[in-house]
Amino acid sequence: MTPPGLHVRNASLTFGQRALFSKLECEFPASSWTCLLGRSGSGKSSLLRMIAGLHLPDNHHLDLTTSDGEALRGRLAWMAQQDLLVPWERVLGNVMLGARWRGERSASAVARAREMLALVGLAERADAWPAALSGGQRQRVSLARTLFEDASVVLMDEPFSAVDAITRLELHELAYRLLAERTVIMVTHDPLEALRLAERILVLKGDPARLVPLAAPETPRPRALDDAEVQTRQTALVAELRETADAQ
Amino acid sequence: MRSEYLPRLLRPLLAVVILIALWQLVITVTGVPRYILPAPLAVGRALIAERALLAHHAITTVIEILGGLIGGVLLGLVTALSLARFRPLRRTLLPLLLVSQAIPLFALAPILMLWLGYGLGPKILMAMIIIYFPVASTGYDGLRQTPQGWLDLARTFGLNRRQVLFRVQLPAALPSLASGLRMAASAAPIGAVIGEWVGASRGLGFLMLNANARLQIDVMFAALVVLVVFAILLYFGVDALLRLAMPWHRDGVATEY
Repeated sequence: MTPPGLHVRNASLTFGQRALFSKLECEFPASSWTCLLGRSGSGKSSLLRMIAGLHLPDNHHLDLTTSDGEALRGRLAWMAQQDLLVPWERVLGNVMLGARWRGERSASAVARAREMLALVGLAERADAWPAALSGGQRQRVSLARTLFEDASVVLMDEPFSAVDAITRLELHELAYRLLAERTVIMVTHDPLEALRLAERILVLKGDPARLVPLAAPETPRPRALDDAEVQTRQTALVAELRETADAQ
Repeated sequence: MRSEYLPRLLRPLLAVVILIALWQLVITVTGVPRYILPAPLAVGRALIAERALLAHHAITTVIEILGGLIGGVLLGLVTALSLARFRPLRRTLLPLLLVSQAIPLFALAPILMLWLGYGLGPKILMAMIIIYFPVASTGYDGLRQTPQGWLDLARTFGLNRRQVLFRVQLPAALPSLASGLRMAASAAPIGAVIGEWVGASRGLGFLMLNANARLQIDVMFAALVVLVVFAILLYFGVDALLRLAMPWHRDGVATEY
């Protein structure tokens, strides 16, 4: 599993009569972790959905090429803001949901699902119904389900924004450890989250929006909250995000 | 468990006892003649005295109801699944379905008798027709309202449309479908009895008409009691089956979906 890099070209999105962005181009290097920031309504989540090939109601276009020239389909895992656990499967069934839904039945899949569940520290909850879990636990199951797919490209749309602040910090460390080496694109509205996890930071801003690259800290990840680099750059990043509103 | 379970059963029983007492009270106070409203005790006596006759007719009605329920649910499910799967079908069949609901079932009954005769067939068909719509419409609604997030997941998992329909949309539609099935269970006896009123030689509806003509009002009420008891049993039976089919969907747990 060598993760491919992604190259996005001619990304355009029109919302009604208004062009949110047009002819965007950007590169996501193989095995890199990119955080995509922007204010609400900037189109950052839509851009991610377009890369994932998911349904969008608005007029959109995007050309996507991979560094190894092969299709992204089948090598991609998706993680959303909601945990998306299905209530009719127990926790273990939710971890191996991809296999269940595709109709692949094997003992090795069950063993692997248990392994993933152990990685996120929920081995003993395998037979619980999702409704019995806390929000943080549910998002950990969602992370285990993402890992189970064993995809080399992971796209995440504000994956940790629905959990409390402390749980979020714990999930950062877990996600960083488990998703290392993959090509990760993560949409977030939290500057701190981006500064802790990202190797590259892109801000979607302007009207129509452009992608503005911002320097991420050079220190090893996941960066501590009191990391001096994180502290100083947070101010700059917030200012960068604010500027969008002033320009409009 | 036991201390919770007993009052749950006792409360509806108490309501029944109070209703029967009120019934007796109305008769005692107003002195209404027994060929208009028989006393509860007279109905009870008729239930025992005519038990063979009641059972003979009840079997027919039960077969009609169950046949209609199974047929109507299957047909409704197939309709809901086809509507969800095929867009052109939605455009043509959906308006037709809605229009069909404007036809009063009572008006349809004599026509069905004319076409299909006086046997079990038209009654089962009546029950099917009355059950079909709530199952088809709640089923289709449920299939249509699958949360987008699950469809996104299904897409990134690489599922084809058939897999999405049966493995994602169908289980997601179960709670909605369940309310349609409960409605169907309580509506099924109506269809069968209407069919029997219009023309039959057997069944509880036929027995009621017959007893009415002979002024055997106590037998008529006894038949009604049997019908009500069966309708209640059917409702709770379907409810129990649905609970078995959705173990995750217990009261107080997982109500968010």
